[in-house]
Parts: sequence; structure tokens; C-alpha cells
Amino acid sequence: MPAPIRLRELIRTIRTARTQAEEREMIQKECAAIRSSFREEDNTYRCRNVAKLLYMHMLGYPAHFGQLECLKLIASQKFTDKRIGYLGAMLLLDERQDVHLLMTNCIKNDLNHSTQYVQGLALCTLGCMGSSEMCRDLAGEVEKLLKTSNSYLRKKAALCAVHVIRKVPELMEMFLPATKNLLSEKNHGVLHTSVVLLTEMCERSLDMLTHFRKNEKLVPQLVRILKNLIMSGYSPEHDVSGISDPFLQVRILRLLRILGKGDDDSSEAMNDILAQVATNTETSKNVGNAILYETVLTIMDIKSESGLRVLAINILGRFLLNNDKNIRYVALTSLLKTVQTDHNAVQRHRSTIVDCLKDLDVSIKRRAMELSFALVNGNNIRGMMKELLYFLDSCDPDFKADCASGIFLAAEKYAPSKRWHIDTIMRVLTTAGSYVRDDSVPNLIQLITNSVEMHAYTVQRLYKALLDDISQQPLVQVASWCIGEYGDLLVSGQCEEEEPIQVTEDEVLDVLEGLLVSNLSTPVTRGFSLTAIMKLSTRFSSVNRIKKVVSIYGSSIDVELQQRAVEYNALFKKYDHMRPALLERMPIMEKTAANGPAEIVQTNGETEPSIPDTKHLPSIIQPANQANDLLDLLGGNDVVPVIQTNVNTKPASAGGELLDLLGDLSLTGAPTPTPAPSLPVSQPPFLLDGLTSQSLFNDIAAGIPPMTAYNKNGLKIEFTFERSNPNPNIAVITIHASNSTEADMTDFVFQAAVPKTFQLQLLSPSSNVVPALNQGSVTQVIRILNPQKQQLRMRVKLTYTHKGSPVQDLAEVNNFPPQSWQ
Amino acid sequence: QMHFLLLFSRQGKLRLQKWFLPLPERERKKIIKDMTTMVLARKPRTCNFLHWRDLKIVYKRYASLYFCCGLENQDNELLALEILHRYVELLDKYFGNVCELDIIFNFEKAYFILDEFLMGGEIQETSKQSIVKSIEASDMLQEMSMAFEGGRQTVFKSFL
Repeated sequence: MPAPIRLRELIRTIRTARTQAEEREMIQKECAAIRSSFREEDNTYRCRNVAKLLYMHMLGYPAHFGQLECLKLIASQKFTDKRIGYLGAMLLLDERQDVHLLMTNCIKNDLNHSTQYVQGLALCTLGCMGSSEMCRDLAGEVEKLLKTSNSYLRKKAALCAVHVIRKVPELMEMFLPATKNLLSEKNHGVLHTSVVLLTEMCERSLDMLTHFRKNEKLVPQLVRILKNLIMSGYSPEHDVSGISDPFLQVRILRLLRILGKGDDDSSEAMNDILAQVATNTETSKNVGNAILYETVLTIMDIKSESGLRVLAINILGRFLLNNDKNIRYVALTSLLKTVQTDHNAVQRHRSTIVDCLKDLDVSIKRRAMELSFALVNGNNIRGMMKELLYFLDSCDPDFKADCASGIFLAAEKYAPSKRWHIDTIMRVLTTAGSYVRDDSVPNLIQLITNSVEMHAYTVQRLYKALLDDISQQPLVQVASWCIGEYGDLLVSGQCEEEEPIQVTEDEVLDVLEGLLVSNLSTPVTRGFSLTAIMKLSTRFSSVNRIKKVVSIYGSSIDVELQQRAVEYNALFKKYDHMRPALLERMPIMEKTAANGPAEIVQTNGETEPSIPDTKHLPSIIQPANQANDLLDLLGGNDVVPVIQTNVNTKPASAGGELLDLLGDLSLTGAPTPTPAPSLPVSQPPFLLDGLTSQSLFNDIAAGIPPMTAYNKNGLKIEFTFERSNPNPNIAVITIHASNSTEADMTDFVFQAAVPKTFQLQLLSPSSNVVPALNQGSVTQVIRILNPQKQQLRMRVKLTYTHKGSPVQDLAEVNNFPPQSWQ
Repeated sequence: QMHFLLLFSRQGKLRLQKWFLPLPERERKKIIKDMTTMVLARKPRTCNFLHWRDLKIVYKRYASLYFCCGLENQDNELLALEILHRYVELLDKYFGNVCELDIIFNFEKAYFILDEFLMGGEIQETSKQSIVKSIEASDMLQEMSMAFEGGRQTVFKSFL
């Protein structure tokens, strides 16, 4: 039987293979030879064969059949065998296999071997891959070796102990006694590994940490060692570019960090040495900067005095200017960690950080971007945004989504003006529109609705952007939504912020229809544009064209589009009278997220753009915001106001009637009749239960005297005023209707109308029976918005049934006290 | 704590793999693949640090070999560069002007040297001299044990 081929020869042979197939063939042949050699239990060449196997394993070929052989090698007495055996064990075995447990006995024996290099092998293997069971079995041996005077073994035992503690934390206690005089060693290897061991113990157990702080006085010891390292002269054995044992220095700094964190005494004890290291370390090479870096991390984490903290941040600032990219990167990462706690100090380096946005290195750019966002505040928003937008233009696609989201967030928090905010959004949408996150679209729409005075400007800009480019879906979606919503503003040519463009209804519809047919539009975008077209049917006059488009898409193969088109079609055909109400201007949406826009928008504080159909009629379809506002008004009383719901059953004629009524108050007649809700649909039982209306409305506090608005035929209506609400343009009037006749007035309905410049909201009455003989009163709340502070006038219409016959009366109320509208 | 240390060539061939954490073979293969892909894709003048999963990756190229290690978040990257450099110095001292071929043909020695420098992902000796002495002594021990084997006088270097 010839001797197995040598390792180096095998390597040489395999490297001559020209193809993967050729290599595989060679490997298979050799593996077969090795396998038979293993079967023959050849002791002499076992280690050679295992070595070859390890080489083939590194090339990526399976080598599991060598696992047991490794164990045999470990058990052998020859040092070569042991060396290769332990190496093989570390490479081929891991704790998931049961085989490795068989090693335990061998390791135990070798830990007690007479030759230190054998002991070293055992310690190394145990310390690299020992499983929990092995660690439990052998911890005692390790602990013994930790106390030896042989520094070669002691340092290995220390790291082995670290591994044992990581695997079996409960065993930490048993190593404590052995740590007593570890730091008095001169040998740097032992010192270093001891510091690692102490670090591990302090990190894992608060008790240990306290013990080492208080009882062992670890901090002074460490300070002393560190000082010696810095002050000592040149030591060739440990020198790295003029610095003495930087590895040990860094490790000590790290342990000091843990000891000083949250502890005043310890922190104070290390202040001096930290300052010394920070100022005296040579910074020309990476090694010095590595120490400074660790020092900075330590200073920031412990309770250091402010002077030291400023020193640390300045070091980081200097790092930012360093030529070495690694150092700049590390500085940015550290600044990111400290920006929350030392915000002002980091702000001082803002311009350097912003310059890093232009760095060529991708990792640095990313860090700089994150840090820039953290530094944005109300003062620097304009300048920072300019830089960030420039960055967005030129950065890699991977960054764009994050950058865009960050910009939106920052803009929302700190926008100096609405116009600026809209402009910024536009800029992001047009430059990085396709990278913007999907959830940005609804957020942006919500923002746009809230900036009421910017609607015309916004829709104009979006329209122009669409003319340029319809490929970026988020931009297209937001633009379609806005055109659908504010298309009337677009064609009306009014725009305060910039030169209004002249665009016709047909042109707008062309653009929207273009989106529907374009290949670039996603199904979602198509949905947006179809809905927008539909909405324009109440804002534009070219209804027929819209009807045509909608009916075409009733047979679209896209199910979503088809469904929408069919429904809209139905709206045209069967429910045309509901169409205007359904498609009217959206109310301002409430922001659900915690960071709302800077100003709180009041829904009825805004003048809605002119939609003829809803303006002056008593009740409005309003979202639940109204309820909240009223609750605020009442100072958080538990009264639930009834909002007149618009699920109306009244025919349109009622609206028509009222319009006639109000004709000479110079209102524009609505082109389409709107449903006029007048009767309350429901009557919550607890509303104003047992409470007289006066007690809820503190008109005394408001200081506006009540007045009698109407007094005829026994029906007397008094107005009381309330002005203690956040918006001074709103007058809140409560009417109190009382009946002095002997018969009840039933089916009592109070209606009111106000001139064009006002807006009125009528809440539900307390009841519609005015009891006879002043036994009670009907109360109802009117809210009037009077932004132009004009003189309040009102026309009221009263209807009721008295003694079986219907009564109707009209009256004008002009005697409002000046305080109610000034 | 270092999680792993890999050496690979510019063609992506693995020359050394040291794992300081127990990981199944499949996971190791994945990490090797990811590291080689990521590091070889890096442009020439970029910084030596990367992020991968929750680890910091530090890599440095020496001639035709990439040295790549994975660190935890609280580890010092700048120091890791020094650690890699120290390892290269040790190899250089041992082999004399070390090159990739030395590591290919003597991989087991590269491991032995590494095992005197690092253990469990931590540094065990900071003195270059000390490590070199230990390796030389171990080699001597090996030669001696061979010398007494069955009367044959074979030198360690050629036995394997």
C-alpha cells in the first residue's frame, strides 16, 4: 500500500484542474482513497489524510466522514496528530453534533498535560467551540489554570473562561476568586485577556459590576495601568507606530466605560485619565484614532463633566475633517449616537456634516443623510432642506426612498410656510417621484387639503408637472386627486401665488384621460384618474364628455376600473340628484399620526371655496370634528351634541322653498337643488336631560346680553350668546323658544338664514314641542361664522302646529347686540 | 467579540475561515457567499466598513487577498483594522514576505498562528514576539515528536 499523497502535492494537483468538473473528479478520487485509508485504521498517515480533507473542505466539498478521525487524532499522543486533530475538530465539528461530546474526555486529559502547548491546544479548542455541556464539565479545569503562574496558560485560560461564561452564565461565580490578582500581572497577554474577562463579567451581572466597582476598586487599578502605558517609554515588544499596546488601551477604556456608566464616583475617578488620553494621543495614524474613538465613546457614555463632553464632540468634529474615510465614517456613526443627548454640540458641526453628503463613499453618504435629518430644526430648515433636496437629486436610487420620507417628515414638522411646504413636496415628487413610499400619497393629499389657501397654487403646479411627466406614479396619483378636487380652481384662472395658467376644461380632461390610457399608469393610478374625472362632473360644465368616458370604462377588463365606472354611471343615471352632494369638496381631513401639522385646523373656521349648493342652508354634512369642537366648547361636558345628519328624507322641494325665502338676502340660487335637512332624525335621550339650557352656556361670562329675537302669538324666541371659543369669528347663539299660550306648539321647526358673507350651522333642537304656559322651552344652538365681521342679520322662519292648525311665520332679526358680531 | 474571520482571493476563492460562534454549515456557506459578494463589489476608494444584518463588517485588502471580519455593534472598527494588520504582520514574520501562495499551501499553519493570536473572537496576546516564539516552539515540538517516531527522522515540514 503506497503512502498517501502528501498534502502539498494534492494542493498542487488540484490547482492544475482547468474546469470545475476536472477538480471534482480529482477530489472524488482522493476522497475515496482517504476513506479506504480511514477504514484501514492507518495511524501513521491519519493526520496527513485529515489535513487533505480539511483542504478539500475549504474548497467547499463535504468532509463529514472525517469527523471521527479528528477525534482519534486528538486522542493520539503525537503532537502533530493533536494539532491537526484539534484544528479539524474546530472546522468540521460544531456543537450541534453529538460527536463533539466525545472530545470532552480528551480535552480534559490534555488540559492536564505536561506540555503547555498541548494544554494550549485544548484550551483553544474549548474556548472556541465548547458546547454548554462541555463547558460545565470542564469549567473546574479552566478555573484551575486561571490561577497558574504560567502566563502562556493563564491568558488562554482567561479567554476560555470568557467562553464558558458566555455559554453557561451561572458559572460566572466560580471564576470570581481567580480574578483577584489578575491585574497585577506584568504580562500584557494576561492583562489583556483579564480585562476581557472582567468586562464580560461586568456586562453580564449587575452584582458583579457593583462588586468590582466598590469592593475591588477596579477603576483606580485600570487608571493606573492605562497611565503607565501612556507614560512609559518606547517598548519594542508592544509598540504600534509609537503607541504602546493600543489593543490593551482600547480594552481598558471599554471596561472603564462599563464601570463609569451611571456611576458618579467611578466617572469622576476616570475623568483625568480620559482627558489625558484624549489630548495626548497621536492622531497621525489609524491606531491613535482607534484609541481616540474608544475614548470618545467612553466619555459620552459615562457621567463625565461637560468640558470633557465638549472635548469629545470636538474630537469627532476633527475626525469629520480627516482625510481618512474610515475615520469620517466612524465620526458620523458616533455623532448619530450622541445627537439626541448633546444636540447643540453636534449642531456646531452641521456644515461639515452636510458637506459629507457630497462624499463619494456610499456608507458615509448614508450616515451623513441620517445625521442631517436628526439635526434639522425650525431654525435651519430652509438651509438644510436646500442641501437635502440637492442630495435627493443626485443620490443613488437606494437612498431616494429614505431621503424622500425624511424630507416629508422634516417638512411637516418645521415648514416655515405653507407655500414652502407645498413647494418642497412638489420638488420631491418631481425629482424622486417614483421612489416615494406608497403611504406618502395619502399623507400628502391630507396635507394639501389642509392648506386651503394654497389649493389653487397646488393644483396648478401639479397640473404643470403632469404635462411634463406622467411616469412617476406617486406624483401622478396626487396630481389626479388634486385636479379632481380643485379642477374648478384650475380652469378659473385664479392663483395668488404665481402667474395663473390658462387652461380649459377640455385640456384638463385630456390630461386625465391620457392617464387612463397610458401604459405608464398603474391600475391604482388609473383608479385615481377615473375618480378625478368623475368628480369634475360637478365642477366642470362638460358633463357629457365625462359621461362618455365613464360609460366606456364600464366595460374595462380591469375589474376595479370597471366597478368604479359602472357605479359612476349609475350615479349619472339613477342618482343624479345625489351626485353633487356626493362629489362635493372634501372636508379637511384629520391627521391620525402624532405629529400633526403645525397649526390646528378648525373645520368651520375655514371658508370653503364657493360651492353654491351648500352655503347658506341650515345644515351641513360635517365630519365628527364638529362634535369634538362642540365638546371643547362646552368645556368637556358629557353632553353629546346631535349633529343633524344628512340622511335626509325630505324631498328637494324643501330646499327650494327655503331658497325662495332667502332670495332677497342676495344669495345665489343653487343650480341643483340640494337636500335640506331640517328635522332631526334622532333624539338622543340624554341630550340636555334635566338641564336647562342656560346653565350650559355661560352668557354672563361672555358678557353679551341676551336678546329677544321674536315675540308673536305667544311664541317668544330669545337668543343667548356665547363667545368663549377658540375662534373669535364664531358666534354661538342659543335660541330659547317658549310658549305662553294654553296649548302646546307641536312640530315646532326653527329655521334661519344669514347673508352671503356668513356661514351658519344649526344644531338639533332639544325637542319640537314647545310646551304651553311657559312650562319649558325648546332650545337649539346656532353657530355663525362671521369672518368679515359684518353686522349680523338673520331671517327666521317658524313653523308649528297650534291647536290643530299649522302656523308659519317669517321674521327678520336685526337687533343683534354689536358685541355678538364685532 | 468577533464573529468570524475570512480570507478570500479576488476571485472569491476562500483561503481561510475562522468561526468564533457555533453556526451550522449551511449558515456558514451563506455568510461566506454574502461576504465575498459584498466586499468584492466595493469600489476602490471607499471606506473599509460595511453593515450586514446586525454586524459591522470590516475588511482590508492585502495584495491579492481580502481579510474580512464580522464584529458586534460595540466593537471598535478602527481597532479591528489594527487586528487584521497585526495578523498579516505575524504571517509575514513567519513565512518571510508572505504571499497568497504561502497561505494556500500552508493553510494549517495560518490557522495555528491565528489560534495563538485570537481566541473566541478576542485577542489573547498583544506581543508579536511572544506569538512568534510560541509558534516556533510548537513547530519544534512537532519536529521532535516526528523524530522519535518509529526511528524515522522526518522533518515536520515534509511530513504532511
